Amino acid sequence: MSLTIHRIGPACTIQDQGRPGFLDQGLSRSGAADILALYEGAALLGQSPDCAALEMAGLGGEFEATLPTRIALTGAPMQVTLDGSQVPWNASHQLEAGQRLVIGAALQGNYGYLHVGGGIQSEVLLGSRSTHLTAKVGRAVQVGDVLVVGADSGHTGLKLAPAERFSGGLLHVVASFQTTLFDDTTLHRFAQTKFWRGTRANRMGMQLESDGDGFAAKGQLNILSEVITPGDIQMTGTGNPFILLPECQTTGGYPRIATVLPCDMPRAAQTPAGAAIRFEFVTMDQAMALQSAFDAELARLPGKVEPLLRDPHNIPDLLSYQLIGGVISAND
Amino acid sequence: MTVADTFPLVRTVGFDGALVTFANTMTEDANRAALAFRAEIEQLRWDGVTETSATLGSAYIRFDPQHLTHAGIRLRLQRLLEQQNWYSTPLPEGRRLWRVPTVYGTDLAPQLKEAAAAAGLDPEDAIQRLSTTRVRVLTIGFAPGQPYLGPLGPEFDIPRLQDLTPMVPEGALVLAISQFVLFSGPTPTGWRHVGQTAFRCFRPEMEQSFVLRPGDEMIFEPVSPDQLDQIRANNTDGTGGATCEEITA
Repeated sequence: MSLTIHRIGPACTIQDQGRPGFLDQGLSRSGAADILALYEGAALLGQSPDCAALEMAGLGGEFEATLPTRIALTGAPMQVTLDGSQVPWNASHQLEAGQRLVIGAALQGNYGYLHVGGGIQSEVLLGSRSTHLTAKVGRAVQVGDVLVVGADSGHTGLKLAPAERFSGGLLHVVASFQTTLFDDTTLHRFAQTKFWRGTRANRMGMQLESDGDGFAAKGQLNILSEVITPGDIQMTGTGNPFILLPECQTTGGYPRIATVLPCDMPRAAQTPAGAAIRFEFVTMDQAMALQSAFDAELARLPGKVEPLLRDPHNIPDLLSYQLIGGVISAND
Repeated sequence: MTVADTFPLVRTVGFDGALVTFANTMTEDANRAALAFRAEIEQLRWDGVTETSATLGSAYIRFDPQHLTHAGIRLRLQRLLEQQNWYSTPLPEGRRLWRVPTVYGTDLAPQLKEAAAAAGLDPEDAIQRLSTTRVRVLTIGFAPGQPYLGPLGPEFDIPRLQDLTPMVPEGALVLAISQFVLFSGPTPTGWRHVGQTAFRCFRPEMEQSFVLRPGDEMIFEPVSPDQLDQIRANNTDGTGGATCEEITA
């Protein structure tokens, strides 16, 4: 089974949960920018969240199945049609052989995900299928590519209410080892500042802007290069923050003011350009509670899947349906 | 430095990490300590530790906070620190010496002259010194397989540039603060581009994707642009004409 790519946006990559274990070799984890979307897709298709999916940054593409294929759509909602008819996002659908799935621009958020039953069976490199564009591990998906799909059976026509995370908002952060390089006044101002996502963003990191002065650290230019983790909020030379994402560098000399909790990274990565972000420092105990709640929610997702009821307004040939045939008795 | 900053120092990294720092400036002893301490953590295979790395002067430990608490891992790390003098540990075993053909200066490495001037040397003298200094892989980081190399002589303790050079190519040898970095991919940088090699530090398509290890040593031997062209014409293995021998001493 396979999906043929007829059209594709400029930054669509195959992603799974990433490639930990190579930090000491300078290779960051990569993996889906919105990990929650991977779990949602897995719940909709009744499969493992370790399956690889297609991550579509801002714009999707046009896809054709060679054989009947189950798909699910999660993450940033995007315009989507199946053979010209609109189908709902956050749902699973059956794609018959030869049918065309057309995914357009994101309506909210940044990263949409196309999942297939059985997962995308691309080459495993260093233990993962995740593309890492900056490291040139894998490459962006191109027109003419054929995505091989794993063995599969199961249901479609299911939906899942997504956790809201596509328009910015509050990100919880913890102090990290360089937080004390910033004085209390700067830290306080940082926590009070309304930021908005700037235009510079990719899978390495996203720029934030704000009114007023930048956020400088003491002795900023003399800091020894030190370890970086995804979620770190790095201050550049001008004191503008960048939130670092799955393809970030593994070490760096710019100081990090704080680290976004893993459970808030889907919201961070999905914040569209111009949307507002605020940061709130929490203690490690509060962070543990927030992260545990998120992990518990991931585990509950498969139980939250519901049948998709077709909206009669979206059935173009409604009048051709035999709507009462087969009904023998109202009391059956 | 305040009293609280005495080394080694154990600190938290974000939500799920700990950092053991042996010095806040680059020193030989701290670098060896970081490498040895990280190697020991790998050996111990503590349940709940997911990943470790060594930087110039620190060892980083990422763990699952559902299995290991921050307080718990801090205690373990402090006990391990007390077990020996990590600053006097030997370098890793199995180190190798790499000799890498390098074009210094020319339009392939256009900041050699400027780096020489910053070091108070004429270009020939700078090339002579740089090409005969045996540097060590201090850490691998920033980008895959990419080594930080040193130390170079104190005359090369020159600052990073204020303005970034928009892009230097893969295989570029760049210099600042008495260190080289050999770039594993095209990247913007504030370090000065003094040499160009055809050596690929990261070869994802090969079984041995990562070529260099901390503790390895390198010499960047001068060749002409024509010689580098010839090397590039026959570089399917990515070695860029480099040779490699075991360090036995």
